[in-house]
Amino acid sequence: MGNKLTTSEIVAAGLARRRRKETTFRLLGILATAVGVLFLGVFFATLIAKGASAFKQTFVQLEITLDAEVIAPGGEIDLEYADFDGLVRTALRSRFPDAKSRADRRELYRLISVGAGYQLRDLVASNPDLIGAKQSLWVPASSDVDMLLKGNIDASVEEALRTMSDKQIAWVESLENSGEIRSEFNDALFGNGDSRDPELAGIKGAVMGSFYMLLVTIALSFPIGVAAAIYLEEFAPKNRWSDLIEVNINNLAAVPSIVFGLLGLAVFINWMSLPRSAPVVGGLVLTLLTLPVIIIASRASIQAVPPSIREAALGLGASSTQVVFHHVLPLAMPGMLTGAIIGMSRALGESAPLLMIGMVAFIVDVPGGFTDPATALPVQIYLWADSPERAFAERTSAAIIVLLGFLLLMNLAAVIIRKRMERKW
Amino acid sequence: MSIQKKSIVLPLLALVALQACGKDGTDSKTTAGDMAQPAAAEQSEPKMSGGAVAQSGRDYVYIVGSSTVYPFATVVAERFGRGSEFKTPKIESTGSGGGLKLFCDGVGVDHPDVTNSSRAIKQSEVDTCAENGVTEIVEVKIGYDGIVLANALAADSVELSRADIYLALAKEVPGEAEGELIENPFETWSDVNPALPDSQIEVLGPPPTSGTRDAFVELAMEGGCKSVDWIAALKKTDKNRYKAICHTIREDGAFVEAGENDNLIVQKLEANPNAFGIFGFSFLDQNKEKVKGALVDGVAPTFDAIAAGDYPVSRPLFFYVKKAHVDVIPGLRGYLREFTSERTWGEEGYLSERGLIPMPDKERREVAAAVRDLTPLSMVIE
Repeated sequence: MGNKLTTSEIVAAGLARRRRKETTFRLLGILATAVGVLFLGVFFATLIAKGASAFKQTFVQLEITLDAEVIAPGGEIDLEYADFDGLVRTALRSRFPDAKSRADRRELYRLISVGAGYQLRDLVASNPDLIGAKQSLWVPASSDVDMLLKGNIDASVEEALRTMSDKQIAWVESLENSGEIRSEFNDALFGNGDSRDPELAGIKGAVMGSFYMLLVTIALSFPIGVAAAIYLEEFAPKNRWSDLIEVNINNLAAVPSIVFGLLGLAVFINWMSLPRSAPVVGGLVLTLLTLPVIIIASRASIQAVPPSIREAALGLGASSTQVVFHHVLPLAMPGMLTGAIIGMSRALGESAPLLMIGMVAFIVDVPGGFTDPATALPVQIYLWADSPERAFAERTSAAIIVLLGFLLLMNLAAVIIRKRMERKW
Repeated sequence: MSIQKKSIVLPLLALVALQACGKDGTDSKTTAGDMAQPAAAEQSEPKMSGGAVAQSGRDYVYIVGSSTVYPFATVVAERFGRGSEFKTPKIESTGSGGGLKLFCDGVGVDHPDVTNSSRAIKQSEVDTCAENGVTEIVEVKIGYDGIVLANALAADSVELSRADIYLALAKEVPGEAEGELIENPFETWSDVNPALPDSQIEVLGPPPTSGTRDAFVELAMEGGCKSVDWIAALKKTDKNRYKAICHTIREDGAFVEAGENDNLIVQKLEANPNAFGIFGFSFLDQNKEKVKGALVDGVAPTFDAIAAGDYPVSRPLFFYVKKAHVDVIPGLRGYLREFTSERTWGEEGYLSERGLIPMPDKERREVAAAVRDLTPLSMVIE
């Protein structure tokens, strides 16, 4: 045999090297996963660290006299022009009689949100019997006070360098010591539309805008997408045209979303003259965006249905339409739904196409329909991130947490549907 | 059995779609009812018939324009919306140029009623407006905004002249001989002016689409540029060349376009003490424990200095109103009244708390009177 090695000797010689390679590869894999998890962890940790405090809001207790002279001069309740802010200010002045000069009083008034006046007005509107009585109310503190108590304003730096003066800080401390300040769940964040006063700003308007848009999107893109997928998979002749269509659909799925926004601006707004900033237009644009995703997912799940099912049905005398609707479609439905939900969660996170159709706008009123002006959740995040007021920083993070929560729910739903309904062959 | 369950899903979705359309229809009806302009035909599916929506009018004020005026206009809109029977105006942040383009597109409910602008309207824009039937425009000056050059609080305070700013940021600067231009050779601030710190020139600023950038270039760069005699003389002889010299910012990395997000610039300044950022006074005001403004020509960017007109890099802010829309769009006149009332834009008005620098008393009274009478803009052709 001379120096010729046997097969087992060759294997043995290379064994150490092969094992080493395998270990290295596994280590690299673990490393890659760890890096990914680390980035995700840092992302979530900073988001939660920044945003968690936004779910709480500071309130101040005030003894407010609902002066009949102010609210109902001449006996008639005048909700529109009555000086409710003035009532709040009177209450503040009687709580802190040491603020005498004009400048001091201005500083004092800044402790309370303008929302206090609106709250009083709503209270009087719903219960006019209270006029003339003295009420002990918890009203929202201004965002400066809120930031101070949350530790976002450093009281130890020089007075000129912070947004609150020494006097204001002393007043807040006095309120704190007497238990007239408390932190509560931030209802406004979920119950209000946008506002330029951070303590009154909420995401309800944006959430409703996103909701109406997604409703339009799912109502259009799911039936159209499924119908297109069925036709292309089951009925369309396989020729150059269907190849061309297939290539184009795959291309569309990769087109940057802003392009769909431009298309929407040209077609829906300029040509069909639909209103700007309306969820119906947003929904149409997002439909264009999600259609390719849904078509591709639906085609894949139709392809996954074994041919034996079709052949068996045909063999028993079913027409091709019956085969599709009685057998193929029900079996492919879990995959299609998963595709649709993933398409929807992509649509929910989009903001670029909405820029072009006027949905990057300041809208206070919560939209009540498909043609009311609205924004969407990602747009709201963008708008808040660009606001100069400090307290919007934490609200931006809070809105991102809410958006992520919705995305998580949708993706979870997709996973559950797949796990529950999917059939393995 | 499981197959039957699944086949329910499709009709269910169709039902949702149907309800959606139905709700849509009723909604457009209620809004149409309130409108000054009559709605012609009601249709239950506005998605399919754009015409119906276009004719059904609008019951809220529609505002577009500058992102610099946006933080002020939104506050006014919100107060107006909460305090009156009208809906809150809708404000889109499109930038000054984009806003004027939308504004000048035509008269009617599809077009904005008001556009905010961080610069005065141009003759060319007035012409475009007129071509599209927007003939009577009311100009409303609302106050002043200072543009600051700020750095981190931890960094050295600096005092710049406008000439320093020009030399540090221009693409080309005057060379030794008169009339000669050389590629900007300055790398550190001390190269520009020995009195300045010996640190790399690194300035974060807004992109060319921004009104803040326009104003910065015009007020700070051109202000410094003019101090060179032969360039100043060019203004009369070759205006285009003069503008090209004074208005072109260097592109070799010393000036970084940081997008329109001023909060981001503030964060970057904190992280990098050598860098300067260019943004509006309101951001300096809100972040004064993080950044500080550089003195320009010996004047610090403070509220009082800008109000008094001492700080050189400040500009007026405007909005423009379509006269044809007043009294047609519900709430527009009220919004104008709210904006021009003393409690809004006065010395102690709520806009001053947001960083808008009020105009002097006399000017405020004049503008308010012009708004009351809706005196249209008379553009003098230069």
